[in-house]
Amino acid sequence: MLNYDKSRFERIFRDSSNEREILVHNASFFQDTLKRFKKNKGAVVGLIVITIVLFFSLIGPFMNSYKYDQVMTEYEKLPPRIPIVEKLGILDGTIVETKTKARAKINPDYERIVKEYVVNGKEMVDVERNIYKEKGFDDVYFWFGTDTLGRDQWTRVWTGTRVSFYIAFLAVLIDMVIGITYGMISGYKGGRTDTIMQRVVEIIVGIPRLVIVTLLVLVLNPGLMSITLALILTGWIGMSRVVRSQVLKLKSFEFILASRTLGSSDSQIIIKDILPNIFGQVLVMSMFSVPSAIFYESFLAFIGLGLQPPMASLGVLISDGYKSIMVYPHMLLFPVVILALLMLTFNLLADGLRDALDPKMKEE
Amino acid sequence: MTKYILKRLGMAALTLLVILFILFLLLEFMPGSPFNDEKLSPDQIANLNALYGLDKSPVIRFLIFVKNVVLHQDFGISFVIKKNAAISDMISSRIGITIKIGLQAILIGTVTGIVLGVIAGIKRNTIFDTLTTIIAVLGVSIPSYVFALGLSYYFGYKMRLFPITFDIDDTVRSMVLPSIALSMFVIAQTARFMRMELIDIFKSDYIQLAESKGLSNLKVIIRHALRNAMIPVITVLGPLLVGLMTGSLVVEKIFGIPGIGSLLIQAIQVNDFNVVIAIAFIYSFLYIFVNLLVDLLYGIIDPRIRVQGGGTNA
Amino acid sequence: MKKILRVNDLRISFKTNSGNVQAIRGVSFNLFKGETLAIVGESGSGKSVTTKAIMGMLANNATVEQGSILFDGNDILKLTKRELTKIRGSRISMIFQDPMTSLNPTMTIGKQIMESMLEHRKMKRSDAKIKVIELLDLVGIESPSKRFKSYPHQLSGGMRQRVVIAIALASEPDILIADEPTTALDVTIQSQILELIKELQMKLKISIIFITHDLGVVANMADRVAVMYAGKIVEYGLSDEIYYDSKHPYTWGLLASVPDMSTKVDMLYSIPGTTPNLISPPVGDAFAYRSEHTLKIDFEEQPPFFKVSDTHYVASWLLHEYAPKIEMPEHLQRRIKLMLSEEY
Repeated sequence: MLNYDKSRFERIFRDSSNEREILVHNASFFQDTLKRFKKNKGAVVGLIVITIVLFFSLIGPFMNSYKYDQVMTEYEKLPPRIPIVEKLGILDGTIVETKTKARAKINPDYERIVKEYVVNGKEMVDVERNIYKEKGFDDVYFWFGTDTLGRDQWTRVWTGTRVSFYIAFLAVLIDMVIGITYGMISGYKGGRTDTIMQRVVEIIVGIPRLVIVTLLVLVLNPGLMSITLALILTGWIGMSRVVRSQVLKLKSFEFILASRTLGSSDSQIIIKDILPNIFGQVLVMSMFSVPSAIFYESFLAFIGLGLQPPMASLGVLISDGYKSIMVYPHMLLFPVVILALLMLTFNLLADGLRDALDPKMKEE
Repeated sequence: MTKYILKRLGMAALTLLVILFILFLLLEFMPGSPFNDEKLSPDQIANLNALYGLDKSPVIRFLIFVKNVVLHQDFGISFVIKKNAAISDMISSRIGITIKIGLQAILIGTVTGIVLGVIAGIKRNTIFDTLTTIIAVLGVSIPSYVFALGLSYYFGYKMRLFPITFDIDDTVRSMVLPSIALSMFVIAQTARFMRMELIDIFKSDYIQLAESKGLSNLKVIIRHALRNAMIPVITVLGPLLVGLMTGSLVVEKIFGIPGIGSLLIQAIQVNDFNVVIAIAFIYSFLYIFVNLLVDLLYGIIDPRIRVQGGGTNA
Repeated sequence: MKKILRVNDLRISFKTNSGNVQAIRGVSFNLFKGETLAIVGESGSGKSVTTKAIMGMLANNATVEQGSILFDGNDILKLTKRELTKIRGSRISMIFQDPMTSLNPTMTIGKQIMESMLEHRKMKRSDAKIKVIELLDLVGIESPSKRFKSYPHQLSGGMRQRVVIAIALASEPDILIADEPTTALDVTIQSQILELIKELQMKLKISIIFITHDLGVVANMADRVAVMYAGKIVEYGLSDEIYYDSKHPYTWGLLASVPDMSTKVDMLYSIPGTTPNLISPPVGDAFAYRSEHTLKIDFEEQPPFFKVSDTHYVASWLLHEYAPKIEMPEHLQRRIKLMLSEEY
């Protein structure tokens, strides 16, 4: 004990100079959320991919001179061909066919054998055929190929993607306008109003959406109108339930009571106290309703209840492409990939937003 | 509890009645009566109207409609697809296969989903967990019909393992691809849900208490975690059914399965209203029935609800 | 007295996203047979982590950097999982904080109590059932044979905590760890549960480690008190020594924040500031940042334990001979005098 210097035992009194060390950096809620969101690779990649797809859906149809419903039968069923990329041996306007060697007559101008093999004692060959050369379209490029009527797939795919984005926007809008309003009124008013409004919701929830759409299509005609109406009828239920339960919870909190005793009107309480507190959940919820809405449109188009050709939507294109899946898989490939990509990325984005806004959900 | 059951039953009945009413209205105001065939004389039309009860007041007609549907499963006759064939016969010959494929998909889906979800939940942050998460995200993101197309292209067309289209003589192998295609969504949903439930439960105090009793990990998982995680999984059955319904339509279309899904598509395309309405009713009925079952089952399995008799929805 | 448990220089850290949290930074204490040792501290002081380590139930992201926990001649930290399950729940058991969440909602309370009997004592089911009913009676649950088949949600919070206690006692343990067993309960229920624990200890002669953040709770129960702050024990001693003659400014703070009859409501005291960040713990005395009596050396070097009596030790530079003499705050002294005069 003796080796301690006495001077070290001087008292220190609190002043601003050592106070600073105690201060902890406190990030704002928004900064915190942003930080957590950025950490979520899936969500960031999702957002980037969505932006790229959105960009192409806006610009894509103007990138060549074809129209989405322009029928050019002379160009029918062409495989994809993209300048420069074609030199790499992909998307070069070729298709590969399997034939028996005996029957394969090779025209060296546009055909070549890529693989020879034996199946069940028969000699088989895979022949790569360049359709563009065969038909003499030297300077013609269809980046995603053409469909059975010779319509440009590139233009049709991006035009169709616009429909998906319209649906996405519509789904969010319906959530935000109808869902929030309904849930807010039901939860905030309470009592009889709430009981009646919840009975209505229970009945609507009790009817499968598929049936509602089917019946709408029966009354109206298949098309964007009936899908829009169907979404308006059913798309807001989930959101209204979430908003209602949140409002019910918030209503009992003391800060709302305090605000009321200070003379705030209902609308002030809703706008200033309730909305900011449920905003995070509302955002996440509406993001989750996007992929299911996009799916629904494509699904309806696929079974023939949605948009009808010559209109283009991803579902219409998939429905068309599926008819010739065995021979021309490229007609199916592009719309399917973009649809799956959109659904995947919107899901990732919603997941990321949820985790970022609700850190409790995410553990170390 | 009795009060809860009665309330749920009442709500289900009310919903069904609302659906019946909508369907009835549609039948009433549908553009074009079934008898606007120009060859028919006014007398004949009147006779036909009397035959089908169309001359009575709307209220009576609605009651007759409800009675026919509920008591006799009588949906009238088809006008287009099979002229004058009883719709109930058309449906009863087709509904079996739809339900069979649906049940197979649920069975494959929930079992696989639960197993995957449990493994992922227990082996947190391992390769199993990552794999399950990927499967779950893909299963939720990629539409069932895209799966069906992929399956039919690779296993049907390229590898020729299973029939591409439904083969009456080989129903067992014909149902493999459709069932798998449908089950993907189920797998994804249950796995995701199961994993989240388990992770929540592992963080709960009662698992700590069970551990503090000196039970082995396996016993803690089986006795305390699994049971509590399985109970809420029942609640995803409702939404799963919706997925299965929409899925069954596309899967039946893609694989050419003679079920009620493909019948519905056909009926819509040729404007056979009666058939559409009949199938819409069947889908609604199935949906309401399963949701009712889920709620009641939940009440029976979860002792918290069993006694309180409160609702599950917040 | 016989030492039943010895914790030696325990150091535990947790891996988190923001870095390694050094939750326990060299904790040592003994538990004697039949005594009640209270470990007192704010949340984050490491008291719960210490008990988790004793139970062998540390989270996956925890690392024991150093130290040992000797029980029955074995170091608990070195046991295999298998060996641990044999001690856990049979020789050492635990009561958790929140009775509302610590019971399995879908299992009858009878089964939950029976579980560890069947596991550790290899009893027959029928015998175990009789024993469970006895236990339920012992912890003060009325008509125990009826309650056997009840589910947790059918019981009130106080009753549930009695069940949790019954679960902990089911295997007739040597050591009972009570982790804030009354914090989540109403005040009236609190005192009932404390009474029950005290009574059970008298009857069953078990050793208890009682974790709490409230010195007031354990005043009538603890034989000895250890005060923890930022992962270290800063003062320990016999109950009387802590309540009437504490030397550490942190203990003073804790004592001052216990309300009593003489405190006016508007004077309710709370220690300023928050516990330090243990990812990069302070070099010197962790409490220096919040203390009113800070020395220069507090920021330079961690204080060793200074002996006050054979049973009372304090880790604060204020007890060094060079340090300025600082007395317990006057309001505390007054309060203690008042209490002593009331008691004797």
